Parts: sequence; structure tokens; C-alpha cells
Amino acid sequence: MNINTKIVLRLQPYGRHLLQKQLKQANSPVPLLVTSIREASSGAALEYDAPNAYKFHMLEKGPNTHVSCNREEGLDYYKKMQIVRRMEASANNMYKSKLIRGFCHLYSGQEAVCVGMKAAMDKNDSLITAYRAHGWTFMMGVPVTGVLAELTGRKSGCAEGRGGSMHMYAPNFYGGNGIVGAQVPLGAGVAFAHKYRGESNVCIALYGDGAANQGQVFEAYNMAKLWSLPCIFVCENNGYGMGTSSARASANPNFYKRCEYIPGIWVDGMDILAVREATRFAREWCTSGKGPMIMEMATYRYFGHSMSDPGTSYRTREEIQDVRKSRDPITSFREKLVQAKIATEDEFKAIDNDVKKIIEDAENHAQNDPELHVDELYSHVYSQPPPKFKIRGCDNFTFKEVSK
Amino acid sequence: MKSVKDLVKAHGSIILLRRSLSLTTRALAEKTITIREAITQAMDEEITRDDRVFLMGEEVAQYDGAYKMSKGLWKKHGDKRIVDTPITEMGFAGIATGAAMAGLRPICEFMTFNFSMQAIDHVINSAAKTYYMSSGKVKVPIVFRGPNGAAAGVAAQHSQDYSTWYSQCPGLKVIAPYSAEDCRGLLKAAIRDDDPVVFLENELIYGQQFAISDEALSPDFVLPIGKGKIEREGKHITLASYSIGIKICLEAAKELEQNGIDCEVINLRTLRPLDEDIIKTSVKKTHHLVTVEFGWPQCSIGAEIIARICESDAFDYLDAPPIRVTGADVPLAYAKTLEQNSMPQVSNVLKSVKKVLNK
Repeated sequence: MNINTKIVLRLQPYGRHLLQKQLKQANSPVPLLVTSIREASSGAALEYDAPNAYKFHMLEKGPNTHVSCNREEGLDYYKKMQIVRRMEASANNMYKSKLIRGFCHLYSGQEAVCVGMKAAMDKNDSLITAYRAHGWTFMMGVPVTGVLAELTGRKSGCAEGRGGSMHMYAPNFYGGNGIVGAQVPLGAGVAFAHKYRGESNVCIALYGDGAANQGQVFEAYNMAKLWSLPCIFVCENNGYGMGTSSARASANPNFYKRCEYIPGIWVDGMDILAVREATRFAREWCTSGKGPMIMEMATYRYFGHSMSDPGTSYRTREEIQDVRKSRDPITSFREKLVQAKIATEDEFKAIDNDVKKIIEDAENHAQNDPELHVDELYSHVYSQPPPKFKIRGCDNFTFKEVSK
Repeated sequence: MKSVKDLVKAHGSIILLRRSLSLTTRALAEKTITIREAITQAMDEEITRDDRVFLMGEEVAQYDGAYKMSKGLWKKHGDKRIVDTPITEMGFAGIATGAAMAGLRPICEFMTFNFSMQAIDHVINSAAKTYYMSSGKVKVPIVFRGPNGAAAGVAAQHSQDYSTWYSQCPGLKVIAPYSAEDCRGLLKAAIRDDDPVVFLENELIYGQQFAISDEALSPDFVLPIGKGKIEREGKHITLASYSIGIKICLEAAKELEQNGIDCEVINLRTLRPLDEDIIKTSVKKTHHLVTVEFGWPQCSIGAEIIARICESDAFDYLDAPPIRVTGADVPLAYAKTLEQNSMPQVSNVLKSVKKVLNK
């Protein structure tokens, strides 16, 4: 027998204020979060309505507000989000122990976006993002070792240690890009290639609320629309561009409405099933020849902009804690699955232990694997070096002849 | 004759016209093509040969190219292969680079390289460095091409020479052709090359006729990137130059011949990777060196060449310090006399050669 249960969650004051702020930008009153959870009698599934998960720009109808997933999917998404969370926690620790150098931008808090979107992607879809890329790198197929060892600059890193945090690559995954906004026209170019070859694939080009004001983003919008490129432009709006809130940086902080000729969807980026559903909708839109689409994922990052930013000079600790308590993508999803009796707390504990082992093993490699031999600094400058090509080192007595 | 009229129309300066007229008489004997034709043909052949090659830029399709470099290509190949863009260099250079990363082989035209400054982040950070940063996982087989350096009377913002800026960056191949044969062979090589190439043309000689062999007209004619050519053999002094600089070197060499001075003119063809061996071999033979280019003197290609010669065993073969002929160290003026005297002329080369040879 199915039991319909309506649960009204009352938010903590700060959490509600944050939600208010984000929704005010979308011009609507603060709703009560209503979730109805159905207990399935057979073929365990999580289903519920998320009526406030989307807002539309230039769209008459959008993704389904009734979302669902089966047990297998639920556990898989949970595990993947947990892997990203723990992987970033490991990166945080290793950075503090000086095993990771330079820049390190952590994705913690935004997991529902990368896991939810990937769940809706076809295996031949492409993706490109900026420097907050570790979660995406994992989701696009690089094992945790490939990510952590790249961060510590080892040979077993996915770019053999040459790229570091901001330059990780995989098939159909074009990084990891250090220059703010550059990835957006690049992504439109990848979409151009899909269309050129007659493939029914999309390229997802991600950028943050800070990058959303870059001129080249609008140049990419223009050409993507003119040429009907199958490109989904996704703004991961975590509220802050480094230390500047989106309200202080953007005259129009409704990033999904920024283009007057491309339809847009605002999505509750903390609800993984809403993210997946919206991505399915956008993908269907783009691959049916309707041209590009913009999505804004309302999400949040717990850490500062990067490891050199404590993240508390421009926002309060209370705000961070409240999002953790009331809107965390992983714990809220887990709670839903438990309440719907899809899985038990013990099963989740087992998954957590599994994840712990994966991260520990990766950390082991990241800390103990060797770096590339120093002579490798001369490799891969060209894919086709001319014959007898010599590269100069730091003085007139140091030259290396390279054939690759 | 029609070809003479075309030549007259195409050139603004008497020096260029004199040069072209002297070629015209030879034109009666052997086949000649203009640089424009060489580039158009090269693009046409490569687009026909490989499905992945396409041309993208402002006015390249329906306008036949701002300088008519893609004349007839849109009619022949259509919208998919010849793509007109809005005036958004950063955007379309990024799109072209992304398409290259995803396996296509774009030719991205900058109407002039002055506008490439708006897109230079994509040329350097997105294109040049990606193969290295990805440890060989992501190739970027793109060609950025267009006219570089001064035209006639277009003033400072439209006249900059970007040879040294691009040639400084590892990961790029930078080609600066001179003749029609250079343009054919090197553009085809650039398009077939898997690395990002910056192909610096010169608008002032687009209309110049050059003799061309049948071999150079064959569809698979490619020249090696990174190898210079001895444009004129000589034994008294080496003139190392590229692109339009070769023009004044050859004219200077002709005049100097009458004074009994025999110049060896080296056409670098490629700026990165630079063919230092051809220069060293020549210097070891002639013992004297003058570099010639149209760009600014500070951090010039000539400075790089002279540094390399001095750092190598070729230094011991020099009988005099090597010197440079470059553009004047000023933004380019519009007024005719000022402009002409801001760019190197044959007289600058003559003076420099005589000084180095102590004559």
C-alpha cells in the first residue's frame, strides 16, 4: 500500500534568508519546501514533486517537476557525490600539508550539479569547465587517483603532473581551464564540431557567476544562437565570484535570463534529481535542432574561492553552516532515500566506508608515486616536432633534442 | 597587358611596381601566380582534400574575403566549410580553437593580425599551451592566418607586426612566408600540421606575381616547417630576413652587385622553430651578418638571431659585429613621408651592409 506523506520543513533563520536572497533574484516569494514522499510497494523508487526547482526564461514549459530515481540510481548518485566530497576534503588536507601547490579550487557543496548533470548526459556528449574542475574531472571518467595524483604533480596524475589542478583532461572532457571565461567559446566550438560531424551530441560549457559577465560569453551566445549550436551554457552560481557576491558584480544577477534570445532555466542546484531532469530537458532541446540553451544552477561552495581564501571575510560562518544543515545536496538526498525506505542508514554507512577506502588508496598514490623525470619538461611541446628538433633549457649549455 | 594593369592596381609604391615589372618580362617565359592566388589555391585544395578542414572569419564567405583571399571558396564549398563570423574575434577564435580540440581542422582568419590582440588569449593560452598541459592528450590542429604588419596609409593601430610576439611562445609554430611558392607549400603544411600554427602574411605583396614551378603547383606540394631557404646565394655577407623584408634584401643585393658586393639572402620562412643552422652555415661562409625585418627593433627577430649567432661557434667566424635593419621604434604615422621613413628601405640595407663590410 502506498502512503502519501507531506512533510513541511521549516528552515533555520539564516538558511531561509539565503534561500530568500536567491529566490528574490528570481522574483518570487519564499515558499515552504514541500516534499511528498511516496513509499513504494515494489521496485523501490524515490519520487517526489519539486514545484520550485525551476524558473523559466523564454520557455513555455520546462522539465518535469515530478522527479524520481530507482534504488540503483539513488545509491549510485549518493556514492558519486560522496566520492567528490571526500576527494575534495582530501585535497584540502593535502594542500594544507603542502603536498599540493599553487591554486586549488574546491567543489564541495556543488556535487549535485556534476553528478546530476552527468546522469543525464550521453556517453559521447562533451563538457568543458573552468578551474573548479576536480568534481567534473572525476565524473568525466578520471579515477580519483588520476585527480589527486595530478594535484600532487605525480606521473600517475591524469596529465602526468604537467597540468595540475586547473588542467585535467579526459575523452570528451576539455578541462580544466585557468582563464576565466575562455572555456565558454571553446565549449561552443566543441559543440560546433558535434554539429559539423552530424552527431546528436551536446557540449556543456560551464562557468561561474563571476565569469558570467565576460564579454566572450556573450560573443559565444551570439554565434551559438546564429548557428544553432548544440551547446548548453551552464552558470554554476554559487553566489560569489571569489570575494565578490553576485549582487556586487552583476547588474542583472539572474544569470539564466542574461540572453534575450536564448531560453534559460534556473535550477535548484542542490536537488540532484531536479538537476538531472533539467539537464535531460536541455539536452533534448539542443539535440532537436532548437539551438543553444542556458541553465543557471543555484548552488553553494563551502570552502573559499581557493585554498588561499578562508571564505569568511565576505560571508558569515552562519551562512555556510546553515546551507550545510538545511540544503546540503548529499545529506538531503540521503535523507530522502532513507525516508522513502529505498536504503537503510547501514547501507549508506557501508557506502561511506567504501568511499573512504577509494580515497585512501588514491591518497597513497598521490603521496608516494614518483614525479616525471626532469627531462620530460621538454616533451609534448609539439605533437609533430620537426626533425632533429632541439629545445633550449635555462642556459646556453642546455639543449634537449626531442622527437615527441 | 592585363597583368600589368593588375599589377599597377595592386601596388601603391613605385619600388614594388618596379619589382613587379621586372618579373613581368619573365612572366612571358614561365608560369607565375600572385600570393593571393597561392593562398586561395592552398586553402581550396586542403578543404577539398580533408573533410575536417574549414575556414572561419569575418567576410570570408559571401564577401570572398576582405582581401579576396577566399575568392570563390564559398560558392564552391558552401556554408558548412566557409563560415562568416560576426565581428567578435575573441569569441570566434575561441570557437575555432574548441573545434580544433574536438578534432576538426579550422583555418581561423584574422582580418589583420592587429585584431588578433582581442583574441590573443585563445591563441596562446587555449591553443599553444594545451598539448603540453594535457601531456599530449589534447591536440589543437588550428591555423590562425591573415595579413600582418603595415599596409599603406592605415596608421598605427592597423599596422603592427606581430612576428616577435607570437614567435616567442613555445607550442606555436609561426610561419612568415615570402613568395607564392612559400605561401602554397607552407600553408598546406600548416593546415596538415597537428599543432597550432600562426601564419603571417603580408598585404602589400598579396598582388605580387611570382614564378612558380609545376612541382609547386601540384596538390600535394608541401614545404617543411622550420626550414629556411637560401633565396640568393652570395659570399660576402649574409642578409637574414623574412616576409616582405626579403623584397628589400633582394633589391639591395641587386644594387650591391654593381659595387662588387655579393649578398647571400636567407629567407627564414619559419620564425618558430627558427632554422638557425641555415644562418650559421651562411655566416661561417660570409663572416658578416645583417638582419632585416619590418617590425620594431626591441626584442626583434634580428635580436634573437644575433643572440643565437653570438652564443654559438658561428661567432668566431664573424669579422664584424652583426647589426639589424628594422622598422623605426615608433607607432606608424599616416602621412606618406613619415610612414615611408618609419619602415626599412633599400637604402637602410645598403648603408648597413657597407658599414659591416667597412666599405
